[in-house]
Amino acid sequence: MPVVIGFEGSANKIGIGILRDGEVLSNPRRTYITPPGQGFLPSETARHHRSVILCLLQEALDQAALGPADIDCVAYTKGPGMGAPLVTVALVARTVAQLWGVPLVGVNHCIGHIEMGRLITRAHNPTLLYVSGGNTQVISYSERRYRIFGETIDIAVGNCLDRFARVLKISNDPSPGYNIELMARRGTQYVELPYTVKGMDVSFSGILSFIEEAANKMLASSQCTAEDLCFSLQETLFSMLVEITERAMAHCGSKEVLIVGGVGCNLRLQEMMGVMCEERGAKLFATDERFCIDNGAMIAQAGWEMFRSGQVTKLKDSWITQRYRTDEVEVTWRD
Amino acid sequence: MEVNKKEESMAVSGFLLKERVLRQGAEARVYRASFLGRSSVVKERFSKKYRHPVLDRRLSDRRTLQEVRCILRCRRAGIPTPAVYFVDYTSHCIFMEDIVDSVTVRDHIASTQRRSDPSSALEQLVPLAAKVGRVLAQMHQEDVVHGDLTTSNMLLRKSQDPAELGLVLIDFGLSSVSALPEDKGVDLYVLEKAFLSTHPNTERLFQELLNSYVASSKKSSPVIKKLDEVRLRGRKRSMVG
Ligand SMILES: Nc1ncnc2c1ncn2[C@@H]1O[C@H](COP(=O)(O)OP(=O)(O)O)[C@@H](O)[C@H]1O
Ligand SMILES: [Mg+2]
Repeated sequence: MPVVIGFEGSANKIGIGILRDGEVLSNPRRTYITPPGQGFLPSETARHHRSVILCLLQEALDQAALGPADIDCVAYTKGPGMGAPLVTVALVARTVAQLWGVPLVGVNHCIGHIEMGRLITRAHNPTLLYVSGGNTQVISYSERRYRIFGETIDIAVGNCLDRFARVLKISNDPSPGYNIELMARRGTQYVELPYTVKGMDVSFSGILSFIEEAANKMLASSQCTAEDLCFSLQETLFSMLVEITERAMAHCGSKEVLIVGGVGCNLRLQEMMGVMCEERGAKLFATDERFCIDNGAMIAQAGWEMFRSGQVTKLKDSWITQRYRTDEVEVTWRD
Repeated sequence: MEVNKKEESMAVSGFLLKERVLRQGAEARVYRASFLGRSSVVKERFSKKYRHPVLDRRLSDRRTLQEVRCILRCRRAGIPTPAVYFVDYTSHCIFMEDIVDSVTVRDHIASTQRRSDPSSALEQLVPLAAKVGRVLAQMHQEDVVHGDLTTSNMLLRKSQDPAELGLVLIDFGLSSVSALPEDKGVDLYVLEKAFLSTHPNTERLFQELLNSYVASSKKSSPVIKKLDEVRLRGRKRSMVG
């Protein structure tokens, strides 16, 4: 019954979670929030993570009512993500692993999302839509790899939403995506935007530059409201995501979908995906913000699977990497 | 006029109700039906309830039109695609030739891999890969960019002399006419990813496909250059968050 602690901090969230055989014992998290109109920069984000990580570690242990002696394995995010924040978190993980004398496991961030989603929803072998600030991928498992069937050919969907939020100076608290979601609910008029699907791939950069260009003009001339723009942007982006997911399902003959990653807690996206699933007799699985958004438990869960199947990371291999594709990892814990 | 159109399209959907759904594809339902005595399939882009009606309409209109246009353009150039018998643009239905006794290239590759050991399966599939490369080169020569190249969108006629591979390209809904090497490069990139993720450990086979593409086309080198660029962009893309 190994107890695994997971450290995550690849972007502006930092989280530490403790799991015992699929049971989440604790999962505290902090977010580095920037002023409206501003994104988060690597060095400042790393500074934020450094300033809270030790408190967060204490909190994770206290909430789980465990001490260092109870931990069997330390998992940390190896990548992908921002260099400086990744290094900060890996350093602490490496240190405690040595202090406590337990093995270390370096985890692919995307695999963390996938395994957490599978744990929480009990989806068996779903087509996966992984949508976050840095990633947009449609994934299906076969022969020991999470294989990428479709992805963005330029920017990620979350990045597109975040950058649009900056144009309109929408608050980053708790997250720009959530505030867009709330505003979109009040939008009524559908503004036509570019729509680019290529097979199972999508492109968002054209939409972003179109809306960046048009937004302020349309608002100034009262052609539409900011809420209408949020609504139209969501409707367009999410239609593209649902479409490529459906394409992958048809191609793979799949009857299950699991949405993971930060954008995955958007209820409108979940609703649209649900309607698509109904139309093809498939089943939708999704999780809420506790597990969709970057957190420590997801790293612990993927680490637990890796540890259980005999994977550990030697100290000399415990580096981080900014680029780390989902399909690079050999999935030793599934048939 | 509007009323007539509506009646006609209601007649089409009423007609389809009685037919058998052959497959629910990536975006359409495909039925088997008889059209003026010919065995045909009907591809119906039914309305997708998850998306905004204005967007839904726009996409179905454009895709039905593009599919018919590019199929015709290919057929004129002698590239094997189904003959189009009738189109109803209001209900977004295309009546076309049924490629009888065919399997998708996807199923064909999968069953070959199931039947034989890995290296001999690859060996058996090389001629097919080369054929796909040749046909795609010919299609790009005509400036048709398919937009949705996967092994599910290629059919292989079964009942033919095995040496004479009867490959048929289908599903042109995302196609466009473009002479740009970038568009053709992306077309191949989309195929490469779909191919390799669908059929694990077939890198060599895909290389055969590309070799044959290059050998069959006079204008391939800028396309391959773009393909390399797009691949590199994919590998270099930042994945923060
Ligand atoms: N002309 C045809 N003859 C025989 N089978 C066909 C034909 N057109 C389509 N099919 C079958 O229906 C499936 C879906 O058709 P397709 O045109 O690819 O639609 P979608 O855009 O929904 O994927 C194909 O993969 C193929 O198996
Ligand atoms: Mg298809």
